[in-house]
Amino acid sequence: MESNNEEKIQVVTTENEHIEPVKLWTLFKSTFMISAFTVGGGFVLIPLMKAKFVDEYHWISDKDSLNLVAIAQSSPGVVAVNASIILGYRMAGMAGMFTALFATVLPPLIMLTAISYFYEAFASNYYVKMLLKGMQCGVTAVILKVVIDLLVKQFKKKLVLPLLIMIGSFIGAYVFDINIMYIILVDAIVGVVLMQSAKYD
Amino acid sequence: MEILLQLFLSFAKVGLFCIGGGYASMPLIQNEVVDGHHWITMHEFVDIFTISQMTPGPIGINAATFVGAKIAGIMGAIAATAGFVFPSVIIMLLMAYLYFKYGDLGIIRGVLNGLRPAVVALIASAGVGIMTLAFWDKADLPISLAETNIRGVVIFLISMGLIYSGKMGTIKVLLLSGVLGLVIFSLTSGL
Repeated sequence: MESNNEEKIQVVTTENEHIEPVKLWTLFKSTFMISAFTVGGGFVLIPLMKAKFVDEYHWISDKDSLNLVAIAQSSPGVVAVNASIILGYRMAGMAGMFTALFATVLPPLIMLTAISYFYEAFASNYYVKMLLKGMQCGVTAVILKVVIDLLVKQFKKKLVLPLLIMIGSFIGAYVFDINIMYIILVDAIVGVVLMQSAKYD
Repeated sequence: MEILLQLFLSFAKVGLFCIGGGYASMPLIQNEVVDGHHWITMHEFVDIFTISQMTPGPIGINAATFVGAKIAGIMGAIAATAGFVFPSVIIMLLMAYLYFKYGDLGIIRGVLNGLRPAVVALIASAGVGIMTLAFWDKADLPISLAETNIRGVVIFLISMGLIYSGKMGTIKVLLLSGVLGLVIFSLTSGL
């Protein structure tokens, strides 16, 4: 499974000049749609990107995408923007980076500029609320599928330490609302001290 | 013109110093546009925050666009957004370069091995948060099962079925769930 993904990545990333225009257009289209229809912060957009790029198109491997998201999360800036920049770069070089970046910021740019002229009417519109509510339920389904897939993969590896990190981080983030930066910091330290061995790759 | 440059610089500052996602950027944005430059009032800022949360797209970008548009129209929106993402582009390119060059080094590998499970946990945490929001209209526990939004659960189950059947792409499922929401919630609003 993993080696299969590795091969595909090499096909699309070794020679940036050979990228088909269709692929950049597909990247633009899917990123644009995700940004345009997803209500919520970075960790709502990221699983959707994963569902699209990893599970649907196989442009990038599971592990690579998680590594890059971890980097995006640990760096300054908007997480979703960081993630689209670094994932776009990974998938199709500089052209991919700018494609993904524009596709992420364009929908809010259009929508919010329009809304800024009549935002009270928008915020209280009944049909807008119903539409957004329905989408919330759909997004829940997409994220849950991504989470289940990732969890199954982790459990299959039968390694204790990653599971402990996962459970601990979840409790820290969800139950105790600890700032994500502290969680990242602690997990990074645990990783450096205890997880340099190849079996955790 | 000068206002556009100021917007760009203000939001570049926010982009550079905000760590930890959209919500973390809000106090920084407030500091720039409400307290620092007095471009908008606190009341307007709270409105902007609410709208940014309920509209699609990353919250930080939504807020930047909205503030920019309020202050200087469409050009202001572009200037604020461009400023916001500018540091990200530089930093992410640098990080990507380091990752591809040194990603195999023991220490970096250790960090990433430690962070991958953490990212799974953070995605799961956001997932549970949006689930309680979708079914119980609140982001935190405790929830009351009696108040479950059954119609929301139905839309969720239909979406789940479509995703697992593999017949429909992610975005089509999202769009369909929006349409279902519009139809089901409006038709049953009297119940």
